[in-house]
Amino acid sequence: MNIGWYLAVSTIIFAIGAAGVLTKRNALVILLCLELMLNAGNLALVAFSRMWGNGDGQIFAIIVMVVAACEVTVGLGLIVAIHRRGLAVDADELSELRG
Amino acid sequence: MSLTTYGWLVIAFPLAGSIILGLGHKVLKGKTAGAIGSSAILLSFLSGLGALRSLQSRPEGSRQVVSSLWTYAHTGGLDVQFSILVDPLSLLMVLVVAGVSTLIHLYSVAYMASDEGYVRFFAYLNFFVFSMLMLVLAGNLILLAVGWGLVGAASYLLISFWYRRNTATKAGIKAFVINVVGDVGIVLGAIVIIQGTGAVDLLTVFAKAPHVWHTNDPQIVVGCLLLMVGAFAKSAQVPFHTWLPDAMEGPTPVSALIHAATMVTAGVYLIARMHPLFQIATTASDVGAIGGAVTLLVAATIGLVVTDLKRVIAYSTMSQIGYMIMAVSAGVYGAGLFHLMTHAFFKALLFMAAGSVIGAMAGEQNLDRMGGFRKVMPITYGCFIVGGLALSGIPPFSGFFSKDDILLGLGTQGGWYWALYVAGYVGALMTAIYTFRMIFRAFHGEPCEEAKSLADGRLFHAAEHRNPGDGTLEDTGVGYPGAKHHIAERSPSMSISMGVLAILATIGGVIQLPKVTNTLDHFLDPTFRDSPKFGIPIDYNLMAIGMVIGAVLGLLGIYMAWVIWVKKPGTSARIQARFALPYKLFSNKWYFDEIIAFLIVRPFAATGRFFQRTVERVVVDGAITAGPVSIARASSAAVRSWQSGMLRAYAAAVIVGAALVVLYLMLQA
Amino acid sequence: MAPLIFFIASIGAIAGAIGVIALRNPFYGVLSLVGHLLCLAALFLLLHAEFLAAAQVIVYAGGVMVLYVFVVAYVGGSGESLGASHGWLRVLTPVFVGVLLIELMVATLGSGLKAVGTEGADIQASFGSPAEIGELLLTRFLFPFEVASLLLLVAAIGAVGLARRRSGFTVGDAPLDAAARSASPPKGSGTMAEAAGDRPVFGGKVGDQ
Repeated sequence: MNIGWYLAVSTIIFAIGAAGVLTKRNALVILLCLELMLNAGNLALVAFSRMWGNGDGQIFAIIVMVVAACEVTVGLGLIVAIHRRGLAVDADELSELRG
Repeated sequence: MSLTTYGWLVIAFPLAGSIILGLGHKVLKGKTAGAIGSSAILLSFLSGLGALRSLQSRPEGSRQVVSSLWTYAHTGGLDVQFSILVDPLSLLMVLVVAGVSTLIHLYSVAYMASDEGYVRFFAYLNFFVFSMLMLVLAGNLILLAVGWGLVGAASYLLISFWYRRNTATKAGIKAFVINVVGDVGIVLGAIVIIQGTGAVDLLTVFAKAPHVWHTNDPQIVVGCLLLMVGAFAKSAQVPFHTWLPDAMEGPTPVSALIHAATMVTAGVYLIARMHPLFQIATTASDVGAIGGAVTLLVAATIGLVVTDLKRVIAYSTMSQIGYMIMAVSAGVYGAGLFHLMTHAFFKALLFMAAGSVIGAMAGEQNLDRMGGFRKVMPITYGCFIVGGLALSGIPPFSGFFSKDDILLGLGTQGGWYWALYVAGYVGALMTAIYTFRMIFRAFHGEPCEEAKSLADGRLFHAAEHRNPGDGTLEDTGVGYPGAKHHIAERSPSMSISMGVLAILATIGGVIQLPKVTNTLDHFLDPTFRDSPKFGIPIDYNLMAIGMVIGAVLGLLGIYMAWVIWVKKPGTSARIQARFALPYKLFSNKWYFDEIIAFLIVRPFAATGRFFQRTVERVVVDGAITAGPVSIARASSAAVRSWQSGMLRAYAAAVIVGAALVVLYLMLQA
Repeated sequence: MAPLIFFIASIGAIAGAIGVIALRNPFYGVLSLVGHLLCLAALFLLLHAEFLAAAQVIVYAGGVMVLYVFVVAYVGGSGESLGASHGWLRVLTPVFVGVLLIELMVATLGSGLKAVGTEGADIQASFGSPAEIGELLLTRFLFPFEVASLLLLVAAIGAVGLARRRSGFTVGDAPLDAAARSASPPKGSGTMAEAAGDRPVFGGKVGDQ
């Protein structure tokens, strides 16, 4: 398969993830959709790495995975803390940072 | 040390004293501030003496020396230096100012001892002396105007020294505003002169003036009239005089220094200094002479009926300065300055003695409540008598010689000056009357409460402290004369200073005894040599007649006062009843305050109110301020609505943004 | 052979993605994502990124997703349908997403890069092997490597900080009442709304600052 196919798949997954971020209310699901977008990016990176023939893209993808792991840690910690306060884990209701 | 070094030192010492006192006001304890202040002025006086010796050692032709420290500005065709002019006239003023100031500082060391603002007082006093000395030593019109303004500022600071008193602050503002009107006159006058001659330096202006303007040229008349506005405002002449009686709100040393001996004589100095210009502008000189004469009479009439001790002395100051202004406007320079000197002595003495009485009265200044202090305060009584005799022009006291010298000079010139001559003698009679009215009422008659308690050996203290002017309760925490009162009898520094002045008031006349010594005229010759009116030979017959008339009128006035107030106590009430209308006019101070309030104060206040209500509130607040404010508010509200707190909206914004960026990059490629 | 695996894996990945957003129960969503990740690992293998595929399975699917599972089990949360609740988002989301999709497609496939149409450059057999990845990490990309480890440290500390039990509410307490739950900043604390007059300061009317 030529590289274009992989890029197409990556694009589709990215769009699906974006749609999820925009439509879902549950904060957890929003985070999941963010994971989707990150993975789509990873796929694109690896595809390009194969295209050029050097490992830079793969290293980038590893770092992305590290960042995703950190982000998940902190994000889930936030959600747990919110839940502990008794608030609903709902992106629409958690709107206190309002101007 | 050279002459000009002495000249600069004269100014430098009070300035240094003022700065040291001002900076160290937290650390200087006790009477240190008084010592520093007094020694600064004493050093200034000694520098003045040194300058005098140095000046007299020079040949006659070169006794007008200009010294410049640096170029202040050199633009627009003007070369303004920071320069002083040391010549006989300025040195005379320096010695009078510094000498009397030293004595008054000495007096204040004890008088203000219990005041919270002791250090502040001496700092202000030194500052005042500095500005006055700068004024008299100024070598160009700019520096003169600077000194003029600073003196006004110092006067304001000192009049409202007890700043918690409403009356004092109002008086200070009144004095300052009227002085500023005078400042405007000085500046505008200076502009006219600079425009005409193209020079700022005084000697240069005087040299050029006869070539630029012919006699009574409208431009120079206008310029001199404007200068005279300034002189009249500073010297409290009619119609700019209303601030001087109110200025008695200040502490007594302030009244003695500023409103007797120094600041109010600045106008006299100005006209004397600018005499080359005034001689060209004869109309202005005539206006000045008439103004002086009018003031002389008006002030004397008011002095006959006022009941506040210090205000009597204030009106007498106004009257005597009228004599001086009349003299220097008419060209009788030597006599006018002689009277300035003697007046400084006896007027400061009178004020100091009055301070002693007021101290014994626990702050009360009303003559109606005083009486019988003769036995319990003999030194003060003696000083009042000496000052009063000098003021009334009784020989052989100094005031007699100086006043008669002025009137002799006027009479010698003849013409319409005879009217001024007569006015001068009428004024002399009234002077004697009101002076001794004051003395007899305060010291003779039934002893008042305070005198009785003094006889018992205690100083009288009021139960609660009230403002003697309007009776409001005093804030005794700050800005208030201390609870301890001082009278001259008890404190040596006060009695020494009064004693020195008493001696000077007595023997000061010897400086210019007619026919015997002509020291002052000789001394001032280098300055006034160019004046055609200086050095007119004396008409000895007129002199003898004048001296006799003067002495007779003075004694007559004393006798009348004695009859009215001592011998037949009810007489004054009967005279008041009989001359009710004049009495009303005089006791309302000729309604000047009311006229000025009507003509000037009320229109200004109304204009201010109009502008506040209409222009400021409607236009500025409504249209100009509200416009941009509401625009800012609306736009920020619009921007704020973006921050809804909705996470998804933010995410949508990010995605849209990303899409746009990608689009842009695609189109670029 | 390779195209077949490609199609199976990509369809699986896309299905998993759709599952994440379509399924109501977040737990099912997590599981769907796990499937997606495994398919993605297969795609990585096809692209000769062996180490990455292994890391994907072990770290991502095995570590991160387990975290998710735990939290979902703890928090739960209501599931909701696919459609957006807000009116305007409902309309605009397909538009945005569609635009994004088309744009990205055009950008990636329609670009002038000729290499996109090929299978990729010639590579050695060691391409994508752990040895090569390791060598790259420790030579050319040493700095990002170190920074990434620092980032992990920070995240770990942050997580511990977030999870600290603070005084105040714990799970066992009654949930906050509505007023406290709305938890606006106290009046007079100076929010921008108060400053601009849209929110009353101390119980006064709007606009009388």
